Amino acid sequence: MVTTLIDSRRAWNIAAQVPDPEMPMLTLADLGVLRGVEIGADGTVVASLTPTYSGCPAMAEMRAEVSARLRDAGFARVEIRTVLDPPWTTDWITPEGRRSLAEHGIAPPGAAPRGPLTLTLSPTRRTVSCPRCGATDTEETSHFAATSCKALWRCRACREPFEYVKEI
Amino acid sequence: MSDDHVYLSLAEGHDDSDARWAFGTGFEDPLHGVDETVPEGTDSAQLASYCLALGDDALVSAQRLAQWCTAAPELEEEVALANIGLDLLGQTRLLYARAGQVDGTGRGEDAYAYFRDADDFRNVRLAELPNGDFAFSLTRLLVLSSWRLAVFERLAVTTPDPVLAAIAAKGVKELAYHRQYAAEWVVRLGDGTEESQRRMKDALAAIAPYVDELFAGDENELFAGAGELRSEVLAVLRQVTDAAGLVLPEPTPVPGHGRDGDHTDHLAPLLAELQSVARAHPEATW
Repeated sequence: MVTTLIDSRRAWNIAAQVPDPEMPMLTLADLGVLRGVEIGADGTVVASLTPTYSGCPAMAEMRAEVSARLRDAGFARVEIRTVLDPPWTTDWITPEGRRSLAEHGIAPPGAAPRGPLTLTLSPTRRTVSCPRCGATDTEETSHFAATSCKALWRCRACREPFEYVKEI
Repeated sequence: MSDDHVYLSLAEGHDDSDARWAFGTGFEDPLHGVDETVPEGTDSAQLASYCLALGDDALVSAQRLAQWCTAAPELEEEVALANIGLDLLGQTRLLYARAGQVDGTGRGEDAYAYFRDADDFRNVRLAELPNGDFAFSLTRLLVLSSWRLAVFERLAVTTPDPVLAAIAAKGVKELAYHRQYAAEWVVRLGDGTEESQRRMKDALAAIAPYVDELFAGDENELFAGAGELRSEVLAVLRQVTDAAGLVLPEPTPVPGHGRDGDHTDHLAPLLAELQSVARAHPEATW
């Protein structure tokens, strides 16, 4: 079987457009969990996915959906590979993904932490802009929220609560 | 694309069997497609048992954290504890999957989680103690997350097995959030009311005898740096207890070690609940 560059592009585009099951305003490409799509010599499409958090239950849905859409598009043999290294960080979320999050009322993450993980007990002042009114007078209400990747915040200016994709 | 469409498409059944995530659904391999090769010179049996021990710590901790659902003092804390439990459950799945790849049995994660008895579990005993009050649970979370973070930071850079190293590198980021959350609560409660301070002192006294166990038994070829682990973790704990106006008592260690399968009476009932559905319907699929 002769695979062409066009097939590879097409396979990538199909996998890349699969929405994240928990934040459907993001595609898997926007989220940065689709590490690659290649077509092997025997015509098998190999899509590589990396999990966001170790326990993210959406991983199984992502695998199933990427696999199903590629098959629906006529690729008979599809293989999904899990890639753990390098680990995903929020820095993998694309600029397009960040815009889409903000448009849907979710504050995008800042730069992921680097270097040694020291424990800081003094309150950390992080500036997160309200995705609704743009004010920076905001506060965290909980480190943890409806999905592993988000924290709960509220805006003191417009009084709206909002979610924030926390840096990891 | 509308959100409706997304959820509809997820609800549709797909023909392929690599679909859903629950016991009995056939989705059993969180390491699917990862290169399984064990590096030359690495003892497979040791690697498997170390992955199991680290997985058991996380599974038992996750089960205890899940027991706070509907019982936490505030909804936000319940969500936090459940999220932390979910991270640990994810780490468990990866570690069990790695153990199954290298121990020669080809067992999946369900075999380890549901079909082993308490004697076969290798978790540290601190993880299995009952939740007690919020002070006890959060103090335990501080101790266990500080220790596990320090262990994983080392594993991520020193262990010869690339899969274990990658699992650890991923877990480090999660554990840093767990430790931060627990530390803030320990300070808040220690530095809070007379009642909260009394409870924190009781929690530290109850936990101290089980701290020594964390630093014994992890000396193996896969884990370099066990020597400095104790002083590093104790320094972090002291940083928190100092800020909270508390003191971690000098412990009198309780004899025995969970890593040898030597457990308290609390593990078996925890496992009985965790394993009940899988054992009642061992061949179930849905």
